Amino acid sequence: MLSDIATITNLASYAGAGVCIGLGAIGAALGEGYTAGLANQAISQKRERSGDIIKNMLVGQAIAETAAIFALVVAVLLLFVKMPSDSLLKAAALFGAGICMGFGAIGSGVGSGFPGGEACMGIARQPVMSGRLTTNMLIGSAVCQTPAIFSMVVGLMLMFMDFSKMPLYPTWAALIGAGVSTGLAAIGSGYGGGKAAGASCEGIARQPESLAQVTTTMLVGQAVSQTPAIFGLLVSFILMFKSFPESAALNSSMALLGAGICMGFGGVGPGIGNGLTAESAVKWVARNLKATGELTRTMLVGQAVSQSTAIYAMVISLVLIFVV
Amino acid sequence: MAIEGVEIIKAAAFLGAGIAMGLGAIGPGVGEGYVGGKACEAIGRRPEEAGLLTRTMLVGQAVSESTGIYSLVVALLLLFVV
Repeated sequence: MLSDIATITNLASYAGAGVCIGLGAIGAALGEGYTAGLANQAISQKRERSGDIIKNMLVGQAIAETAAIFALVVAVLLLFVKMPSDSLLKAAALFGAGICMGFGAIGSGVGSGFPGGEACMGIARQPVMSGRLTTNMLIGSAVCQTPAIFSMVVGLMLMFMDFSKMPLYPTWAALIGAGVSTGLAAIGSGYGGGKAAGASCEGIARQPESLAQVTTTMLVGQAVSQTPAIFGLLVSFILMFKSFPESAALNSSMALLGAGICMGFGGVGPGIGNGLTAESAVKWVARNLKATGELTRTMLVGQAVSQSTAIYAMVISLVLIFVV
Repeated sequence: MAIEGVEIIKAAAFLGAGIAMGLGAIGPGVGEGYVGGKACEAIGRRPEEAGLLTRTMLVGQAVSESTGIYSLVVALLLLFVV
């Protein structure tokens, strides 16, 4: 029988754990595979530097792995922590937490693989720069992990906040929407940030004297790529903290669920697009240092236009939450 | 609880508005980013043509944006007109 609240809460918790680690394992595995593939290629070009290359590969893979470890932590908490089951809202929140962390780990895992692999190739190309390349890789992939960290924050808040005072309808939809919003929006930002970081490692190896400008451009480009994830986080926070008046009508629930879906999917494209722009800008700063100013300006204009669709998605979500 | 026909239509319209704008934003976001990237590449090769290249980039992005605006319009229609 599915009639009692405790059983349904357990059901949601176990289903959420499965979704969380199942989706969460995708990204890190892909990213680490990319790093390892390029490391092999790098060793085939410079066999005598294989020690440095393997060390760099393992450090890069360890960072890509953190996204999957976040997902594992949330899944284990969902499996083994006994949640108070005084309201069906807890079931919605636990499932939402699983969705959020599962989707949220994909982009960061894939993205962190790019700087790892390009840094390995860079060490084969410019062995003297191996220390600088590893440092730049670490900075770049750390920024890639922020969307996964946002997802973990929202996941843990959904798990441990007390929602029992809120009305079941329509808050259940707000909690699932909060998970979907941050989780999906994190995919694009993680992937895009990784593209920019990969190009910077390649650029530094090609043109060691461009180190400072390349790292700066990478960080600016990555910061813009992160904004869709921040929009997703903002919509999640509104959905979690706003108190909605009780309403048994289906339309008020669907408006809140729709708001989460809208911002979540809406953040994917601009995040990836901003990353592609930043990737090319960083790549060409390294090749043509004199054009750094032009390139940074063009990158920011291009990213701003690409960002506009994420802003449309945010406007529609806010209308769904506050107006209709 | 009894769910009435009008309520189901409203609910579907709200969910549909979210899905329309959400999925509709993916393509233009990626496409415009790709244009921006290629413009940066071209300016890196020929910095002296930066003005022409930026203009071409913006025109190209504006065309790519149109599908995002279609999604926005459909979402607003679903929210306020249907």
